[in-house]
Amino acid sequence: MAPGTGQTRREFVRNAGGLLIGFSLFDPSVSPRAFAQAPAGAPGTGAPSPARLDAWLHLDPDGRVHVFTGKVEIGMGVETGFVQIVAEELDVAPDRVTFVMGDTSLTPDQGGVGGSTSISNGARPLRNAAAAARAVLLQAAARRLDVPVGALEVHDGLVRVTAHPAMRASYGELAGSADLRETLEVTGSGFSLDVEGGAAPKAPSTYRIVGTSMPRVDMAPKVLGTFQYVTDVRLPGMLHGRVVRPPGVGARLVRVDEQAAKAIAGYVRTVVKGDFVGVLADTEWGAVRAARALAVTWGPPADAFPAQDRLYDRMRAVTPKATRETQAHGDAGGALAAAARRVEATYEFPFQSHATMGPGCAVADVRMDGVTTVWSGAQKPHALQRGLAELLGVPVDQMRVVWVEDAGSYGRPGFADAAADALLLSQAAGRPVRVQWMRADMTAWGTKGPAVVCDLAAGLDAHGGVTALRFASRAFSGGEILYLPAKADNFLASLLDGMPNRSGVDEFVAWGSQTPPYAFANLQAVAHVLAPLHDGASPLRTTHLRDPEGPAASFAVESFIDEIAAAAAVDPVEFRLGHLDEPRARAVLTAAAEKAGWQRRPSPAKGTGDGAVATGRGIALGTRNGTYVGTVAEVAVDRRTGAVRVTRFVCAHDCGLIVNPGALRRTIEANLIQSLSRAVKEEVTFDRNMVTSVDWRTYPVVRASDVPAAVEVVLLNHPELPAGGAGEPSSRPTAAAIANAIFDATGARVRQAPLTPVRVRAALDRVSA
Amino acid sequence: MSRASLTINGKPHVVDVDPECPLLYVLRDTLAMNNPRFGCGLGQCGACTVLLDNRAVRSCVLPVSAAAGRQVVTLEGLGTPDHPHPVQQAFIDTQAFQCGYCLNGWVLTAKALLDRTPHPTDEEIRRACEGLVCRCGSHVGIFAAVRRAAERVRSAALEAGANGPAPAAHDGMRSA
Repeated sequence: MAPGTGQTRREFVRNAGGLLIGFSLFDPSVSPRAFAQAPAGAPGTGAPSPARLDAWLHLDPDGRVHVFTGKVEIGMGVETGFVQIVAEELDVAPDRVTFVMGDTSLTPDQGGVGGSTSISNGARPLRNAAAAARAVLLQAAARRLDVPVGALEVHDGLVRVTAHPAMRASYGELAGSADLRETLEVTGSGFSLDVEGGAAPKAPSTYRIVGTSMPRVDMAPKVLGTFQYVTDVRLPGMLHGRVVRPPGVGARLVRVDEQAAKAIAGYVRTVVKGDFVGVLADTEWGAVRAARALAVTWGPPADAFPAQDRLYDRMRAVTPKATRETQAHGDAGGALAAAARRVEATYEFPFQSHATMGPGCAVADVRMDGVTTVWSGAQKPHALQRGLAELLGVPVDQMRVVWVEDAGSYGRPGFADAAADALLLSQAAGRPVRVQWMRADMTAWGTKGPAVVCDLAAGLDAHGGVTALRFASRAFSGGEILYLPAKADNFLASLLDGMPNRSGVDEFVAWGSQTPPYAFANLQAVAHVLAPLHDGASPLRTTHLRDPEGPAASFAVESFIDEIAAAAAVDPVEFRLGHLDEPRARAVLTAAAEKAGWQRRPSPAKGTGDGAVATGRGIALGTRNGTYVGTVAEVAVDRRTGAVRVTRFVCAHDCGLIVNPGALRRTIEANLIQSLSRAVKEEVTFDRNMVTSVDWRTYPVVRASDVPAAVEVVLLNHPELPAGGAGEPSSRPTAAAIANAIFDATGARVRQAPLTPVRVRAALDRVSA
Repeated sequence: MSRASLTINGKPHVVDVDPECPLLYVLRDTLAMNNPRFGCGLGQCGACTVLLDNRAVRSCVLPVSAAAGRQVVTLEGLGTPDHPHPVQQAFIDTQAFQCGYCLNGWVLTAKALLDRTPHPTDEEIRRACEGLVCRCGSHVGIFAAVRRAAERVRSAALEAGANGPAPAAHDGMRSA
């Protein structure tokens, strides 16, 4: 709704008559963007229809362009890329373009953010809508100036008659006479939603704004401290909430004694719903203290988890919940049996935590007699709207979710769960409630990336040629908690309230979608999904974590490819090129190797038995939905301690057309460092009934001293191709590149992630034994 | 509850709070400031960093009583949109961050480091930042920003030296 008008967006658009906008949607007197977008209690309208051009784009009389998208910014700079794309199509300066993102009442449902699709898919309708708007504006100018459209040109929102530049009209002047109610043709939905109008977008060869390193629109406000995250949403009369979780999985609530909490200044009340417990106070510190003071008696937890060092054995022993054969070419079994040599290996990848920097925060203002508004940083706001409506038991159009940026989310961390917590507490209190998760709420009780085991076997002929390859994965499902929070049953609060999770799906760690397109004559790939260790409110419930399943699958396959190359005594780059047809995959490998000064020779390096510190290099390939990444890691391994230091990364990256090389480079660098963290440090620890990774000490991530001295990114631009995704692909090959470098340095193969000193030391011992 | 007199970004504030309440909640909740940010509440990540008498401290574990009578500077108080602090300008120039939720820690730690050590080596930068977490992994950009900030602070000092006495520090702080 437009602030201060009492109108819904739809009424506003109708009354305003298409493109004409008499006032700004952004009231500068209301400073937080969250308020500006959604005053509490605004009437719900549902998402605007993507079939109307004015659902995507509005123009102010001063020539400013407001664009509405169901996509959101999760830290990688996508908003800036969108600004560039729209400014390019409209021929306006980028600083005239502002975005409204992820407000379910103001923006079309584009599925939110996921799968590295924001630029590749999500920008398409924005570009097409901008092209359509430009055409409408040119037609309006042609009418006004009484010339054919072909006689016109546009510079920064000023339409001129090419032959008579004094004959002109600005977009702002044209706003009143151009009708942006044009109907667009809609295809697809969610991530693949697209629209087309009458006008074709520009040829990429003519781009002047797309392809430049425009500074990110959010960077200066963030660094100057003027930016507002969801944690900064404050409503009049708002209470502060904190949640109290069970001490272990399956522990049922027995009793709550409020006496000690009542003594705390600001304490309001405790809310109990099944095993969901939350406290409310009128100050944040009061809520923190009350949550600590509340005397909660819990029943015994279930010993649902195996001892941590038995996890992978257990994963191999259990009967899978579901099995799928994802590849079957030729006769892998027969070829393996007939092979002159066989290489076999098994790889293990742990549960990992999103461990977001801000542990999750949401504000809910429940109005049972009207429209409920929830402010959340969850990256799929329209899905969250449906899930929260179901949880509250109201029609979807009485629920409005306003996305406001939170810390980087990398999939589905607890942000949607924090929103559900806030909703339940606000419903109980009859007042707006802000829930801030504490660190353990996120690290211990947040969703997890699944543990994965991959078994591989290859057959080699007498000349080292690969005759067959077999791949089998066993993993907990990345979809146990569906990536879409569109159902009431997959919020943590719902699970604690005893609701069965029926929206989960089996998601397989599959050869093909998560591995490079190596060609082998005889190939068999099977994927198994395992039942969760505990059904329901488990701190080990699994979901999407950045590049779901990709890092685990890639760690296995790209390590194994290296093992086959070593068995065949072939250089690892050479070997990969020998089994790849895809030119872009070949190109990133070659570019990374060249930049790294790669010396073509088999691994391990000669003389690996010498010296206290061994050095080596490894390479790995990552391919993901049309994006190609080749990463070289150089390492120094302390033989005595097993400590590994990555001294250099070289990453060659091809995601098609590059929208913003500067921002892309930073995102790739950060992917490399975060995936380094996951490769060498990150492992969720647990005992028989509880996750014991609760904070940054018990779930360590990379620190300044772990960062390689050299991180070099080679961008391969393909303006002739569509822009592809870059949010996740460069997370994919890192772990294998490091493991391969350790092998190159020492001859020791580490097949269990993370590559900790203890595991490296054990692998070194196996080599010398 | 008791009364505490605080000086935040050069302005006096009197708050009536539990003396044990961490400074973070007083800034964010009582005074409705958006910086610093809550990251862990345990002093382990640095998202809650403020400058206390020009030293970078963790406001999530600092009782408000310990800040009374001392100079507290937050990210918002370091510079202004019209006159960013040179350290802030360096982080903007290098486009250092991804989500930026952690950046109070990095920017203010860099500020305190450069006041103490105007010409830090890469090793000194890393040591000063070892207690901070950036979950997105923006370290490459961050280190580039700190190096650039060192150059900026250096050139600003040279310029000030060439043009007579330095103007009053625009961040209102004394150097450590």
